[in-house]
Amino acid sequence: MLAYCLQVSDADLLFKALADPGRRKLLDRLHAHDGQTLGELCQHLDMTRQGVTQHLALLEAANLVAVQWRGREKLHFLNPVPMQEIYERWVRKFEKPRLKALHDLKRRLEDGDD
Amino acid sequence: MARSTFVYVTYIRTTQQKLWSALTDKEFMKQYWFGNQCESQWTPGSTWKMTYPDGRLTDAGEIIEADPPRRLVIRWEHQHKPELKAEGPSLCTMELETSGSAVKLSITHSIEREPSQLIHAVSGGWPKVLSNLKSLLETGTVAL
Repeated sequence: MLAYCLQVSDADLLFKALADPGRRKLLDRLHAHDGQTLGELCQHLDMTRQGVTQHLALLEAANLVAVQWRGREKLHFLNPVPMQEIYERWVRKFEKPRLKALHDLKRRLEDGDD
Repeated sequence: MARSTFVYVTYIRTTQQKLWSALTDKEFMKQYWFGNQCESQWTPGSTWKMTYPDGRLTDAGEIIEADPPRRLVIRWEHQHKPELKAEGPSLCTMELETSGSAVKLSITHSIEREPSQLIHAVSGGWPKVLSNLKSLLETGTVAL
């Protein structure tokens, strides 16, 4: 039962962390270039430094961001392991070839001719 | 020199000792490494190698540090694909740390070049391997 409760709260933290466009943008930025400092992440983002700090703390708590110190620099890395767990628990099980065909059709129609 | 690094962290509800065994036991590893086999004495200076299920060599190297059940550092050199082999050695560090009723496993894989095809290649594999490992230790079966 305890293990079950822990699992539920892990998943809650994860989905809450993903439920914000600013935090998803930070994950995209780390995906494009991993191992950035707070200062680097703040560049080109329409967020205050304090906002980015708070978002990073939530992402870290959800284990979506892992932190490493290099000297006095705190580097942020995208941790893809929880995404894999979401995929296995919430995507793979519902996945069907027909859904993929529908998704492809939707993309083709919406993207026009690219 | 520029460096490419990936960091993977997972929390597994187990003990450090069990996790260490899971990371170094040939038969157990086969179950979560998609049938790949890993061989080493797991002591500093000993050789390390990984083979595909059909026996072809995929990676080879050496144990740089082994501090059971806390820290394992492997010099990891790809052997199978020429373009990845040409990149030379990478370093894989595994750190185990008790965190409440779970163990935090951090895996850092880095190479002294940027960009790196090897790091790109392993970045796709590690999350699946770790997800399998977590599932195997917590529920007794693999996820994939």
